[in-house]
Amino acid sequence: MQLTNRSKQVSNKEMTLMERAYLPAIATGLAITIKHFFAKKVTIEYPEVKRYLGPVFRGRHILKRDEDGRERCTACGLCAVACPAEAISMVAAEREKGEETLYREEKYAAVYEVNMLRCIFCGLCEEACPKQAVYLRHDEFIPVFTERDQVIWGKDLLVEDMNNRYTREAWTKEEARALDLKRAGGEVTNVVPRAIP
Amino acid sequence: MDLTEFLTKTAVIFAVFALTLVIAMYSTWAERKVAGFIQDRMGPNRAGWGGLLQPLADAGKMFFKEDFIPALANKWLFIAGPSLAMLTALLASAVIPFGSTFRINGHEIALQGVESNIGILYVFGVVALGVYGIMVGGWASNNKFSLLGAIRAASQNISYEVAMGLSLIAILMMSSSLSLGEIVSQQHGGNWNIFYQPLGFIIFITCSFAECNRVPFDLPECETELVGGYHTEYGSMKLGFYLFAEYINMFVSSAIISVLYFGGYNYPGMDWVYSQLTSALGTETGHNIATLIGTAVFFGKALFFIFFYMWVRWTIPRFRYDQLMNLGWKKLIPLAIFNIIITGAAVLFLKPVITAWLN
Repeated sequence: MQLTNRSKQVSNKEMTLMERAYLPAIATGLAITIKHFFAKKVTIEYPEVKRYLGPVFRGRHILKRDEDGRERCTACGLCAVACPAEAISMVAAEREKGEETLYREEKYAAVYEVNMLRCIFCGLCEEACPKQAVYLRHDEFIPVFTERDQVIWGKDLLVEDMNNRYTREAWTKEEARALDLKRAGGEVTNVVPRAIP
Repeated sequence: MDLTEFLTKTAVIFAVFALTLVIAMYSTWAERKVAGFIQDRMGPNRAGWGGLLQPLADAGKMFFKEDFIPALANKWLFIAGPSLAMLTALLASAVIPFGSTFRINGHEIALQGVESNIGILYVFGVVALGVYGIMVGGWASNNKFSLLGAIRAASQNISYEVAMGLSLIAILMMSSSLSLGEIVSQQHGGNWNIFYQPLGFIIFITCSFAECNRVPFDLPECETELVGGYHTEYGSMKLGFYLFAEYINMFVSSAIISVLYFGGYNYPGMDWVYSQLTSALGTETGHNIATLIGTAVFFGKALFFIFFYMWVRWTIPRFRYDQLMNLGWKKLIPLAIFNIIITGAAVLFLKPVITAWLN
């Protein structure tokens, strides 16, 4: 029974003198390897140079502010409910008088914590959020942590910096493809990762 | 021998050993770099510029690893193994002629650790002792795998030494001298032995691959079949010595290849360069600079062969053990004997005709 067209008849025929001499084959092999010696290297020197991860990459969490600089999060808890790893926890508080410039709704998250050891970067919190407050950045990883107190990220690390707002350039596959082409043409420079505050 | 002569001689010998060690040290760096380039990677590039401090970093790591000796091992032999391997590899570098002579105030200083009439015999004698490093290490480990690995390594080294010696005899018949310096000076003026002995060269370089335990003949350290070969029980700087000895061997055999087949420090147009330099800079300075150029040429050749070793390493897969033995005993030795017969006939019948015709 023939399953593919790629099958090849195996033969057990004697090697020719050229093949048995072994040295021509070695010379061919050496020619192939020396070609790679001068080939372009695929290495990227990682900590200094970072590769663009693509618009659909899910990296570090961010809590968005709106265009007036108010926190969007209203501490509804839907992200925590949606989280399969139970990494998100929060404490809600009521907005006081005079805090209208800080928080968008009457309720806000006084404490918002993500346990980075538990998080699996599935993006369900993004999808669950009705206020478009929580996102996973497409251009940054969670940095490596070595201490226990670096594991749980609070609002100081999560809430976005208004001077360096996070925008996602492409949302659909087609947009991403167009953007990649522009990037390859040198029209758009790579996203510069922001330092962790 | 007066005191100045003694001191210069000692200095030359120290310089030769130091140079060999430095080259072997940087061969480890070059190996990783070449491996990287051939596999489209960068190789080490963190320690120092272009990774140039990598050998020092590796040495530091090896020194600080736990120095472990198995309880049932023969302690002294266990330590002696790597030392022997290192010692024999290093000793062979003593007779290699790196260049012609330096002239300082009328004194002639030969750029060769020991000027010996039997240089090539000495090299073979010392290199043959390298088997002891492997055997002693494998035996002293008191481990079946190590012993099996050591026996394999020893039988490989010995069988390839036969073919190596036989392929060399053709060179000795042509030059009718055992002195390496003499063999080099006979190849003066582009008259390199490679043009007369292509078959001998192929046999010789194949055997030196096997002698250095390099791929495709690195059966002694065949991890898949023998856990780790003769150095299964070794760690830290003792293992480092074994690996380092391999690199010294590599340099020595590259140097020997360039001396025997590629004219050592000779290069085409040498006489013209020499006469230009001596007429422009005076006899002594010109002579010394010409010597330096010759030495650079020698190192260029030797380093090319070190590169060749690495190039082959990342090209050809390892032999199976029976294939290795077949190649050694059934192919290379008959070929070497054939080469001797041809060369003998040529030296006996052809050479007088050609010399008569040339005169």
